[in-house]
Amino acid sequence: MKVHEYQAKEIFNKYDIPTPKEKMCVSIDEVIAASTELGLPCVIKAQVHVGGRGKAGGIKIAKTEQEVNEYAKQILGMEIKGLPVKKVLVSQVISIASEAYLGIINDRTAKKTVMMACKQGGVEIEEVARKKPEAIFKVYADPLVGFLPHKARQIGLFLYDDPKTAFACAKIAEKLYKMFIELDSSLAEINPLVVTDSGELIALDAKINFDDNGLYRHPDIELLRDRESEDVNELRARESDLSYVKLDGNIGCVVNGAGLAMATMDLVKHFGGEPANFLDIGGSSSPQKVQNALEILLNDKNVKVIFFNIFGGITRCDDVANGILVAKKALNIKQPIVTRLTGTNEDKAMDILKEAGLIFAQGMDDGAKKAIELLK
Amino acid sequence: MSILINKDTRLVVQGITGRDGSFHTGQMIKYGTKVVAGVTPGKGGKEVEGVPVFNTVVEAVKKTEANAAVIFVPAKFATGAVYEAIDAGVKLVVCVAEGLPTIELVKITAYLKGKDCRLVGPNSPGIVSAGEAKVGILPGNIFKKGSVGVISRSGTLTYEIVDHITKTGLGQSTCIGIGGDPIIGTKFIDCLELFAKDDDTEAVVVVGEIGGRDEQDTAEYVKKYFKKPVFGFIAGKTAPADKRMGHAGAIISGTSGTAAEKVKVFEACGIKVGETPADVARFVKDKLA
Repeated sequence: MKVHEYQAKEIFNKYDIPTPKEKMCVSIDEVIAASTELGLPCVIKAQVHVGGRGKAGGIKIAKTEQEVNEYAKQILGMEIKGLPVKKVLVSQVISIASEAYLGIINDRTAKKTVMMACKQGGVEIEEVARKKPEAIFKVYADPLVGFLPHKARQIGLFLYDDPKTAFACAKIAEKLYKMFIELDSSLAEINPLVVTDSGELIALDAKINFDDNGLYRHPDIELLRDRESEDVNELRARESDLSYVKLDGNIGCVVNGAGLAMATMDLVKHFGGEPANFLDIGGSSSPQKVQNALEILLNDKNVKVIFFNIFGGITRCDDVANGILVAKKALNIKQPIVTRLTGTNEDKAMDILKEAGLIFAQGMDDGAKKAIELLK
Repeated sequence: MSILINKDTRLVVQGITGRDGSFHTGQMIKYGTKVVAGVTPGKGGKEVEGVPVFNTVVEAVKKTEANAAVIFVPAKFATGAVYEAIDAGVKLVVCVAEGLPTIELVKITAYLKGKDCRLVGPNSPGIVSAGEAKVGILPGNIFKKGSVGVISRSGTLTYEIVDHITKTGLGQSTCIGIGGDPIIGTKFIDCLELFAKDDDTEAVVVVGEIGGRDEQDTAEYVKKYFKKPVFGFIAGKTAPADKRMGHAGAIISGTSGTAAEKVKVFEACGIKVGETPADVARFVKDKLA
């Protein structure tokens, strides 16, 4: 789960990590009031869950009252990569002496938590990792004893020659680790971490992602979710215990299992079609779950054909069949449905569906081809 | 022969009295697995499918000489269940349970260091050594005893590929679902090390997906050390960036962990990649025929 910069900074402040003086605003009037309070010039930053805000014109420095007005109007109401900007962060301007990167993740390969530092700030760290890996200094934490102070000092001394700044940075690194572990984060970044003209360290930007699997033990973090900025259908899917991602095609796919769901999309594409979505109905799927899935799928008006690809294990094919039957009636589904059902209770499923007017497929290749054929 | 489990495996089922635990205990017994004990705290003394239930894994191991554990408990209790199995001294822990926080896997990995115990999973569909034993939820009827090893990050996609392999007339030695989480106990390379020493395995199929770089590391390993033929499949060629595709580990971060990148490294390291599940089975058949 992602949170906005302003929310991440509020969390930083709880952990005593310094951030600029700022205010989150939702209207032009609020922006004007905030700029008066913080003083001019000020920075106005769009709060959206995508990268590249600056390039898209979502970050502006306002030097006069007139500019505050103009930029507030511009940014509140613009769309960045399809997401409407409904909130902005108004911030004091910091005079920057130097910028660096400090970040922390769980390293999948090493199976350890790793702190990463880079002397360039404002960079895309994966880009640096690929092109210039030696520019990133990594320090691994021992999960059983934590992130020890001497390791934090190594980070500080890598980034800064001046010992006072280096040790101040070490303190920030320790706090960032503590926050990362306590809150089940999957990523925490200070990018850039800046040294101001007066020699102080400050987190100019903040990013925290949370491990979805850890959210059950942090109900307060779950409350930070910006439901408005999430896709309505993805949100509904999650609440129905389904996993859905919209794509741009017209063949709606309903599959049990994430790997098979991806393989089904790939197969549709392979045979020349365009998948409309990723949709995993999971294991032990009840008829109700199948109906929820179809409802979500059909909210996408591009869907012209529906392709069920079910390999029954825990999922019982007869449950899926009953779900299709009920949903077809309840939702008055007009689109043709291609079904491939194999595995547990396959025979019962065929009995249930034989009068339902569906198109049956032998195997997933056949199903994908039939779905594509129907569009011609 | 086979790897990880065989007809001598003595299994304890953690969470045996739950809906999934009891159902799959029956299925595993039907396949021929020696399920010797079950554990649910507070339900000791009962029986499920004729299997005695104990309050602790230690007691179950002591009374029944169980040497492997499978975990079917809700996410909230799964981390504790893994530690309990490790402490009871079983050699293999298969965690079917999903939804464990990633940081818990970091800690479990450190806890396992130096101990004679292997974790498979979490979020694993389980392991099948064809004709010998099955641990977990994979459907037994699609397997046939044979010489193809299968390793996969997925569940149903594995069934699809196994089914295709069986339909070509070939069979499997052992099939391992390693789990779809970002940090897992046993990775592709760990399985390949075991398959290298297994005389009954003549070829291996690696079923990967988007996210992380395990497939890339695996390909380099195969090129350097693995002598048997390896075939691959990568799911998620059409997946968009920065969206989690069901599995917690199946996410393209920015531009890294894409299917295209993985296919490229596989091919460069001599692993032939199937465009479709059916292709993979055909490649294996052509090679072993």
